[in-house]
Amino acid sequence: MAGWELRHTRDGYADALLELGERDPRIVVLDADLAKSTQTEKFKLRFPERFVDCGVAEQNLMAAAAGLAATGKIVFASTFAIFATGRAYDQVRNTIAYSNLDVKICASHGGITVGEDGSSHQALEDIALMRAVPRMKVVVPADYYEAREAVKTVAYLEGPAYVRLGRPKAPVLFGDDYRFRFGKAHLMRSGKDVTVIACGYLVHKALEAAEELAGEGIEAEVLNLHTIKPLDRQGILESVSRTGRVVTCEEHTVIGGLGGAVAELLAEEMPLPMRMVGVRDSFGVSGEAEELVEHFGLSARHIAEAARALCDLAP
Amino acid sequence: MNPAGEPGRYAGMGTVYPETEGMVLRETEAEEIRQRLETISREIRKDVVRMIGLAGSGHPGGSLSCVEILACLYFYKMRHRPEEPGWPLRDRFVLSKGHAAPALYAALAWCGYFDRDELWSLRRLGSMLQGHPDRLRTPGVEISTGSLGQGLSAACGMAIGLRLDKLPCRVYALIGDGESQEGGIWEAAMLAAHQGLDNLTAILDNNGLQIDGQCCEVVDLGDLPAKWRSFGWEVQEVDGHDVLDICRALDRAEEASGPSMIIAHTVKGKGVSFMENNVDFHGKAPTREEMERALQELEGA
Repeated sequence: MAGWELRHTRDGYADALLELGERDPRIVVLDADLAKSTQTEKFKLRFPERFVDCGVAEQNLMAAAAGLAATGKIVFASTFAIFATGRAYDQVRNTIAYSNLDVKICASHGGITVGEDGSSHQALEDIALMRAVPRMKVVVPADYYEAREAVKTVAYLEGPAYVRLGRPKAPVLFGDDYRFRFGKAHLMRSGKDVTVIACGYLVHKALEAAEELAGEGIEAEVLNLHTIKPLDRQGILESVSRTGRVVTCEEHTVIGGLGGAVAELLAEEMPLPMRMVGVRDSFGVSGEAEELVEHFGLSARHIAEAARALCDLAP
Repeated sequence: MNPAGEPGRYAGMGTVYPETEGMVLRETEAEEIRQRLETISREIRKDVVRMIGLAGSGHPGGSLSCVEILACLYFYKMRHRPEEPGWPLRDRFVLSKGHAAPALYAALAWCGYFDRDELWSLRRLGSMLQGHPDRLRTPGVEISTGSLGQGLSAACGMAIGLRLDKLPCRVYALIGDGESQEGGIWEAAMLAAHQGLDNLTAILDNNGLQIDGQCCEVVDLGDLPAKWRSFGWEVQEVDGHDVLDICRALDRAEEASGPSMIIAHTVKGKGVSFMENNVDFHGKAPTREEMERALQELEGA
């Protein structure tokens, strides 16, 4: 982690909410007794009349969010990723998405980097769950600025969206002038030998891996796939058609997440050698965030190894 | 079928509901209102039987038990404009027990939200009338329901949203007794009371039966009036097939200082002798012969 400036993605969410709330009276925020953690408390303090704490009742949170949206509000619904997508899956699917309502589910504490709380609080399947719901858009910001800009963008996209935020501070990759382009893979580094596609907390790991590979003469292209649904099919195919190899990286199960989405695309359109860096069909455990990244094989070293293995294959 | 002799509009039902702008019951008009609501209830009931009979599937029992409740809401209490379903000042209705969709669809059709001919396409591919309510397909449906225990939460959200906008609109939610076994109902009950949602009225279709048998034998709901009172709601109990009883309760609910619950004691399958209190007709369509027999009974009622 040396050399990076660190900031929370959930702070980017909170700052976006303040900006949105200031200029748009339709913005309403709901939380489920986690406002201090998800950072919606900042909105609550500024706009108390437009904040509703639903208590420890995530299912009610989601269905009530749908009802609010049905009266013309743009509703942000926040809790931890595991509860937003697991506990309240049916409400999200049947009442929010089936009704195509403007509910933006902005969930913090996604992924293994939740850390010490352990498996019950580590959402490793949330991207898969949300990606499978029709009409749902899925965004995984990598840093403070991307989170801030992504939230401001999804606020005005029609219908439901899921934004996955993290618990730990994440390396700052962008600046105040960062322009978030919904649905477009973001080229972070160009290369010709292998395409490394990452999201969220693993984007900086992918960049570190690319740096390591460069020292060995392997030029890795790094894509920040902040929008997992809708998938930037064209952008991904364009890159992998040049490199011929792809590594995906996510702090999520390899089943149905970013890796799954890319694999589905390539299997149909352009089958080629691929490796997935992610959690291998397993629950999480307690530990420090960075320890867990290492433990589950998600570090820059692991990404570089996967890329190297692909490059060692005969072309 | 249509007392007005023409499909669609409710106009033929008389002039008591000229703008469906809602009303308060005057005792001098009570008898006239009773007759009209009973007439529309009988028509909705016949439509429900025919719709489900023609579809070959659906939920007749819980649709027939809530007919009077829907008639009182759509043809007495609620302010709404069938010709302008998105009218911002309309009262909102949420059918939390979404499997009673046929009764809702019939009420909406009689109001004039869509042509009554649509009713006979229920559950068919391409129909605007899905097995459970879909707000994107059916004019007048405020939110999609069907998975139980979610509609009351959605109604809470609507009530909060309307209050934020300082609109005088009310929100009505119809829940089932079997549905009340869902935890979400009680999460919503707590939130509504905590938020003091005096613009929210819930009606419980207390027909006593669910798919697997009597509610008290499956998982007993206990003392429902006491439960709702202890959750902070004002509670009334009515005969769910007595339209004036329902109308008066709907009027009184508007005076409540918080959320209001009307527990309507109903009969599952009401109006059709062989469906009444018969759990088999929770989710089973009548055969063609049963449908004809049911329609004859209802014609004679």
